[in-house]
Amino acid sequence: MPRLSGLQKDVLALYRLCLRAARRKPTENRPNFEAFARREFDKNIDMDRKDFSSIEFLLRKGRRQLEIYEAPNITNISSQATSSTVHRLNQLFIAASME
Amino acid sequence: MALRLATRRLAPLTLRRGMATTIESGKDSIPAASPITTPNRSPVSESKTSTIEDPQAGTDAKIKKFQVYRWNPDEPTSKPKMQTYTLDLNKTGPMMLDALIRIKNEVDPTLTFRRSCREGICGSCAMNIDGINTLACLCRIPTDTSKESRIYPLPHTYVVKDLVPDLTHFYKQYKSIKPYLQRDTPPPDGRENRQSKADRAKLDGLYECILCACCSTSCPSYWWNSEEYLGPAVLLQSYRWIADSRDEKTEQRKDALNNSMALYRCHTILNCSRTCPKGLNPALAIAEIKKSMAFT
Repeated sequence: MPRLSGLQKDVLALYRLCLRAARRKPTENRPNFEAFARREFDKNIDMDRKDFSSIEFLLRKGRRQLEIYEAPNITNISSQATSSTVHRLNQLFIAASME
Repeated sequence: MALRLATRRLAPLTLRRGMATTIESGKDSIPAASPITTPNRSPVSESKTSTIEDPQAGTDAKIKKFQVYRWNPDEPTSKPKMQTYTLDLNKTGPMMLDALIRIKNEVDPTLTFRRSCREGICGSCAMNIDGINTLACLCRIPTDTSKESRIYPLPHTYVVKDLVPDLTHFYKQYKSIKPYLQRDTPPPDGRENRQSKADRAKLDGLYECILCACCSTSCPSYWWNSEEYLGPAVLLQSYRWIADSRDEKTEQRKDALNNSMALYRCHTILNCSRTCPKGLNPALAIAEIKKSMAFT
C-alpha cells in the first residue's frame, strides 16, 4: 500500500463513513446503500488526482449527501444505477475497450 | 498577518470567494496550465469569455455591461468564469435584481441566484455587487453606462452554483444561540408575556435583522475564524435575546459566549455596520454584549 496523501485519506474516510452509515440501515437493504455509495464514488473515478479544489468540492458534496442519506427515516434506496450513470459507465467501458 | 491584511482592507470589500483565491479584474494572461498544475480557482476573467448582448436593445439604448460570476457544480473540474451580459437600461427595472431577473428571463436561463420578495425583507438575494455585500433588490443599478458592474456571490462562502452561496454553517451557528424565548415561569396573567414600552424599545434596531449574511461575510475576522467565531449577524441576534426583558436565560446566553472565540474575535473592524443593507449596527450590538459581560 503506497503512502496516501491527506486528501486521499479524506476520500477513503468518507467512503468508510458511507459504509458505516449503510450498516445502520435495515439488513435487507444494506447492499443497496453500499452499491449506491460505490456508484457515487465511481461517478468521479476519472477525476484528475491533482485537481485538489474539485476533489475538495466533491468531498463537501459527498459529506452533505451522507448527512442526508444517513437519516434514520431513509430505509431503502434504489439498487439500480440511474440511466444517466449507466450511460456514463457504458461510455467509459467503450472508451476503455477502444484503448 | 491575516488580520493586518484584513484591517487594511476596510475600504471596498475584497472580492474573495474561496479560502485564498483573489480575483484580479485586470488580469488578462492566465498562466499556461501544464497538465499537472492545480487549476487555479480564481474565475476566468471577462476578457476570456464571450459577451451575451441584450436581444431587444432599442435604438437609443443605454447599454450597460454586467459581469457575473458563473460556476456550475455539475462540471466540478471546470473553473469559475466571469460572464459578461449587456442590457438596455431603458428596458430594465431600476434595481440590480431586475437586471438579474431580466438576464435570466430573456438572455440566459441558466443563470442561478436566490430571490424571493424583491423588496428587501427576505434576505435571499444577498450578493457582492461592485465590491459591496448587499441585497440585489435594494441596490440601484449605477446609471453610469461607461463602467461595468461586477456581481459575485457573498465572499468567503462555498458556492453552490453561480451566485448562490452555501449558508449551512451560518444557519447552524444561528441555531446554536437558541434564537427563541426561553422562560420557566408562566406569565402572571396566564395569557401573554408582557413588556413595557421602554423594554420593547431596546429591541429596535435588532429585530429588523433578516439574516441575509451580508455583514458576517464582510467581516475579515469571520473569514479567518468562521468555524468558531459566530460573526456579526448571529451575535446581533444573540444580543436581541439577551436584551429581551421577557427572556429568563440571559445569564446562560452570556455564559455561552464567554470564551475567546465566539464573541471576542470581534475586533471592531466595523465592516458589518458599513455594509448592512438594512442600515442596522451589528457592531454596536456586539459592543453592548461585551459591555454587559465586562460589568457584571
